[in-house]
Amino acid sequence: MSGVPDLSAVELRNAIAGGDVSSVEATRAYLTSIEQAEPNIQAFNEVHADRALERAQAADDGRARGEDLGPLDGVPIAVKDNLCTTFGRTTCASKMLADFRAPYTATAVRKLEDAGAVILGKTNMDEFAMGSSTEHSAFRPTRNPWDLSRVPGGSSGGSAAAVAAREAPAALGSDTGGSIRQPAAFCGVVGFKPTYGRVSRYGLVAFGSSLDQIGPLARDVADCALLTQVISGHDPADSTSVPNDVPDYAASVHTPIEGLRVGWPKEFYTGALGPGTRQALEKAADAYRGAGAQIVEVSLPHSRIDIDDEGNLSSYAVSCYYIVCMAEASSNLARYDGVHYGHRTAAHAGDIVEMYSKTRAEGFGEEVKRRVMLGTYTLSAGYYDAYYNKALKVRRLIKNDFDAAFERCDVLLCPATPSPAFAFGEKTADPIQMYLADIYTISLNLAGLPGLSLPAGLSNEGLPIGLQLIGPALSEETVLRAGRMYELASGVTRLTPPQKTA
Amino acid sequence: MPIDLDLVRHIGRLSRIELTEEQVKTFSRQLGAILGHFDKLQELDTENVEPMAHAVELSNVLADDEPAESLTPDEALANAPQRDGDFFRVPKVIGDSQ
Repeated sequence: MSGVPDLSAVELRNAIAGGDVSSVEATRAYLTSIEQAEPNIQAFNEVHADRALERAQAADDGRARGEDLGPLDGVPIAVKDNLCTTFGRTTCASKMLADFRAPYTATAVRKLEDAGAVILGKTNMDEFAMGSSTEHSAFRPTRNPWDLSRVPGGSSGGSAAAVAAREAPAALGSDTGGSIRQPAAFCGVVGFKPTYGRVSRYGLVAFGSSLDQIGPLARDVADCALLTQVISGHDPADSTSVPNDVPDYAASVHTPIEGLRVGWPKEFYTGALGPGTRQALEKAADAYRGAGAQIVEVSLPHSRIDIDDEGNLSSYAVSCYYIVCMAEASSNLARYDGVHYGHRTAAHAGDIVEMYSKTRAEGFGEEVKRRVMLGTYTLSAGYYDAYYNKALKVRRLIKNDFDAAFERCDVLLCPATPSPAFAFGEKTADPIQMYLADIYTISLNLAGLPGLSLPAGLSNEGLPIGLQLIGPALSEETVLRAGRMYELASGVTRLTPPQKTA
Repeated sequence: MPIDLDLVRHIGRLSRIELTEEQVKTFSRQLGAILGHFDKLQELDTENVEPMAHAVELSNVLADDEPAESLTPDEALANAPQRDGDFFRVPKVIGDSQ
């Protein structure tokens, strides 16, 4: 069957179940697509072709025996390289873990496989998920399939680019401050960050433990609904996973919401937002009005973006987020000590502290060092109250703003990013410029809320623009249905990059 | 505003990251600028606000105290940079470093 890479995951699952194509044929089609695209895109750190074909064959054999392996039976999927797998390496795109072989598989990946999915490989990312462009990968940058001179976003840039370039119908990413939604926006795909605790973090290499969440990237909302359903649920191995039942997102996603109230947070529609993106968001609001929804202006005062006389941006939410995530990172990354696993320096070390310090100097990239050092500083005696504790209080204020807004609306309609994908090197010289790429995505991680990023059309330069829908905690069903409503009302879905990347 | 070079060296030691003098200079500038951004939070009055450490405020999640399968010593040691029987081997622990 030709054209497999143009099918969505749901369509491919149905084609496999209906006998139109085998899982082996579908997997081969994606492996060919990967072979053609990779020299330009560089989305994968590792492709597990042999294992994928074995798994696909097993799926086909099972189906021939009349077994139903589940909702993703035989469908190839890619996963981010910070999700532990007992096959291949789990590198986090870091020299520290360049040869690390995990002794167990992440719950989210296991759930995919239990549902019948065929894992194609592990996708590139910013080192330890710290970055917004995938330029902080210790191995190589991933390129944006829409324009190879631009970044795919990050940190799940490999997953977003792989889906956009038809190297996989869907992929898993992780989102600490926008790492699924921002690359989805830059690559013209759909990305979903579920509520904190909805998906088990067991086997996700920890960065900011109170913020991290695994979620899907795909080419339409229905695929994201299906993958979210498969990976969600309580896990005894993650004590922060929530015990609530998982609704049937895949079934409900197509039903529009009557009387939907769409919130328009006025603080997000200021001078910090690029004019093309603003226009696309206004069109999206019109599409919602056309579908019978009501647009309500709401306020998120502590997520507002200030611009000074020289044009410099600042935001309480950005400052709060980076204090919290760096503090958590400094603690989480203390485990990389050259003792239990990962890199150890080959240089002579007179004692263990010297061994730690050389190992970490060699194993970590510059951005990781910056974050570990700042986190260490803000948690140190004398600064804890001024920075870390202050940030936790501001975090409460940010969450309270969302609670108040959701008394007046069901979802918030926001930009995903200030502007479309930027060029390589544009923001690497100044870390703060890179941090500000997250101004619209970080607030909801602090509050633990679900957020969906989906394409809202193309800019004048032909680059994807992303919009973002945010809902209250555990409102995945509402957010996904509202996203599907937008696809139907606007006709904007399943964007295809113009150039063949072959 | 750049932070003091000695402070950068001190944070490097606390973080167990050896820094070159070049890095000390770069980080002094970069960390100073980022801390400047962090100071923006001081504009806000948070006198009566309860700190929020976690988004989902679950408390006291306990597991039954029953033995379960875990990694074998070989699995646990499989990635060890240096192994000695069933132990992780490290350089001497008592030394001259700070």
